Amino acid sequence: MKIKVNGREHEVESDPDTPLLYVLRNDLALNGAKFGCGLGQCGACTVMVDNEAVFSCLTPLLVVQDREITTVEGLGSIDNPGPLQRAFIEEQAAQCGYCIAGMMMRAESLLQKNPHPSDGEIRAALEPNLCRCGTHMRILRAVRRAAELMRIAALGTAPRAP
Amino acid sequence: MMERALPTRRSVLAGTGALVVSFSSVARALAQADTSQDDKPALPGSLKEYPLLDSWIRIDADGRVTIFTGKVELGQGIKTALLQVAAEQLDAPFASLTLITADTARTANEGFTAGSHSMQDSGTAIMHAAAQARAILLLEAARRLDVAEATLKTRDGAVIAADGRKLGYGELVADNLLHVEAQSRSPLKEPASFAIMGRSMPRVDIPAKVTGGAAYVQDLRLPGMVHARVVRPPSYGASLADVDTAAAEKLPGVLKVVRDGNFLAVIAEGEFQAIKAMRRLAAAAQWTEKPSLPKAADLASVITALASQDIPILDRRQDGVVAAKKLQATYTRPYQAHGSIGPSCAVAHWEDGNVTVWSHTQGVYPDRQAIAQMLRLSPDKVRCIHVEGSGCYGHNGADDAAADAALIARALPGRPVRVQWMREQEHAWEPYGPAMVTKVSAALDAAGDIVDWDYGVWSNTHSTRPGGAGALLAGQHMAEPFAPPTPKPMPQPEGGGDRNAIPLYRLPGARVVNHFLPAMPIRVSALRSLGAYMNVFSIESFIDELAQAAGKDPVEFRLKHLDDVRGRDAIMLAHDRFGWASFQKRPGSGRGFAFARYKNLAAYCAIAAEIEVERETGRARLIRAVAAVDSGQAVNPDGVTNQVEGAILQSASWTLYESVGFDDTRITSIDWSTYPILRFNAVPESIAVHIIDRPGQPFLGTGETGQGPAAAAIANAVADATGKRIRDLPLTRQRIKAAIGV
Repeated sequence: MKIKVNGREHEVESDPDTPLLYVLRNDLALNGAKFGCGLGQCGACTVMVDNEAVFSCLTPLLVVQDREITTVEGLGSIDNPGPLQRAFIEEQAAQCGYCIAGMMMRAESLLQKNPHPSDGEIRAALEPNLCRCGTHMRILRAVRRAAELMRIAALGTAPRAP
Repeated sequence: MMERALPTRRSVLAGTGALVVSFSSVARALAQADTSQDDKPALPGSLKEYPLLDSWIRIDADGRVTIFTGKVELGQGIKTALLQVAAEQLDAPFASLTLITADTARTANEGFTAGSHSMQDSGTAIMHAAAQARAILLLEAARRLDVAEATLKTRDGAVIAADGRKLGYGELVADNLLHVEAQSRSPLKEPASFAIMGRSMPRVDIPAKVTGGAAYVQDLRLPGMVHARVVRPPSYGASLADVDTAAAEKLPGVLKVVRDGNFLAVIAEGEFQAIKAMRRLAAAAQWTEKPSLPKAADLASVITALASQDIPILDRRQDGVVAAKKLQATYTRPYQAHGSIGPSCAVAHWEDGNVTVWSHTQGVYPDRQAIAQMLRLSPDKVRCIHVEGSGCYGHNGADDAAADAALIARALPGRPVRVQWMREQEHAWEPYGPAMVTKVSAALDAAGDIVDWDYGVWSNTHSTRPGGAGALLAGQHMAEPFAPPTPKPMPQPEGGGDRNAIPLYRLPGARVVNHFLPAMPIRVSALRSLGAYMNVFSIESFIDELAQAAGKDPVEFRLKHLDDVRGRDAIMLAHDRFGWASFQKRPGSGRGFAFARYKNLAAYCAIAAEIEVERETGRARLIRAVAAVDSGQAVNPDGVTNQVEGAILQSASWTLYESVGFDDTRITSIDWSTYPILRFNAVPESIAVHIIDRPGQPFLGTGETGQGPAAAAIANAVADATGKRIRDLPLTRQRIKAAIGV
């Protein structure tokens, strides 16, 4: 089967009922999406499929063919971090960090749809994702900062007014 | 002058990754060599056990500096703080340092990374080792350059002479220069000159964690690695009557079913193939179960009815106390889970009769000992390497998963085996924080001062950590099982169930008894702060009850009974920054205060909290919290802040929501729907952490100091908001509604 992850097409051999999580982690050796519960209760496995945040632990490979899958690896790299990654580093928004990639994908989906979210909208969007270390205040700050960084970046690339 | 010792050990300590040496044997050899030096003052931190400087710091000829610690990163930021300490005292660029964490082949045996001890033990050792290494490098440079040592300076990993000549550390370290025993005193830098310690440094582990780097044991992918899953029994003590493995064995990718008594597992090429086979196997397994669990509905009576060893830990009774008022109260706490977001995971590789285990254990050496015993190997055949996992907050399933991987890998020599627990396995099988009961009575005199105090705490042990194979689930489930170790109370002053059971306040008459309960109806072990969470919740709740009875402000009442200056500073700072005096109470809102010094010998923490209680639903929500913390010399202030913020939110979750459920046979809290924790809709508006830095003072550790004060501050705020005191954890909607009569 063919899937498109972070802009690149991949041929994978897993069974069609295999949850996307295992395909990303094992077939494609991507670390971002994490196994947390396998039940859609914690969000550690969150990735984006066509700009929607989904639980990759519950999404069979079969239903993501021909769709755009984005993982945290698609947001930038350690040498060239994207705005959301920069924001999480700048706010030091991690303790153990196991939940963080899932948080970021949930936030990315929100910010793509709503570049100016209110604090309440950010909290509501992140509601499906659990953090056990108690890093919530920093995660909220990082998402607000990411929204700012994205707005600044958008200004820089926008066509200049005549 | 530095003393050179044991130069022949150099070969052992050369420390390439390939060279598997037993550090404990080095420690033992040194201990024997040391018997003639009993009159020497004790070395600082873990240098006591590992006095050789190059057990902690090695410098290569090219100038690369490697720091070694027997502690591990748990998400608490210890790697960054240890590197800051080393870079500061060594005068080497922070970015040029590499840190190796716990590995039985490479690092010192520093026991467990627990009890907020890492900065005290390893941080202190590395600080002194680095300062002494710098002094040796200066001395060596003075000799080579033939100048007075006082004319030399160190900067950026080099010694610089007054005339501008420069010798890099790498050039100076030849000839076993750092292979010397530490001295008891070190030429530590003046705190005022610090450039790296005491400054907030970005954590070294975060960039990989937010960009998909390999950061966790879950991310290990070794060549030829296969995946395994365990089929755990449905309940404690269940025995496997029968299992037909044929159907599972025929599934695609399945390599082997492993059965050893009640231990059942399956290995497959692919991870999801292993999961599917695990499910098939679980369906085929027939277990004999026995109802053995206590009555969850009446846990407090069950706990206090268990046979106890009664250990007085404070007995200072006074005769002739004239009490104007007497109060008494009983507080309870249920079993509570670590609830790591990532279920426990390990990789094991069995080759030529040796096994290497990669684990997120908190103690590689004790885990190695337990696994070796389980496999009936000598410990030198087992190498245990720490790799980070999901946050653990104490003894979760990490060691058990490591044992599972080792036992399964033995059945498939030559191929690395990765095991990850399923969510329901982590929830049902982790060793919980013990249920506890405390009973307290006290007397106030006519002036409203506490004149008598009587306190008892009923608790199981707070550590069933490995050391022996009987501590491991796999060891207990094998056909020839190992018996769980006999639980023992952890001694004061740190204590276990009685941690922080002795109040820090001035109490003329006081008696405190630890009712240690050896029988464990539910599997328990260390959960962040051990008994301190419950004891501080109880003591600080009761202090508020006494303040109310005395007609005093709760903060004023605490200060009136506290002599400890640093404790008073923390209380005043939290009081002021919260705006305690100017607090405007709105309908449904309340404020609460609490204070403790962790273990009565580590970090000080005072917390003020504001709560809002929704009358119709009984829902209590933390609105804001303000903390003041003094953990001695602060190395990475933002790291301290991050830990205390986390402590407050985690403790809020324990305190408002969490309780492990069970019926007469099985644990019923098996996922996040049956064990709900704090979610974003309950996250407060703000948390402020104010650090009282104490430059030059000993490191006191930070990780656990907030758990107890946060719980009590919340409970006191709920009492303030509702006018009703709830003494049973957690402070659920149902309990709050019942208390306020909705």
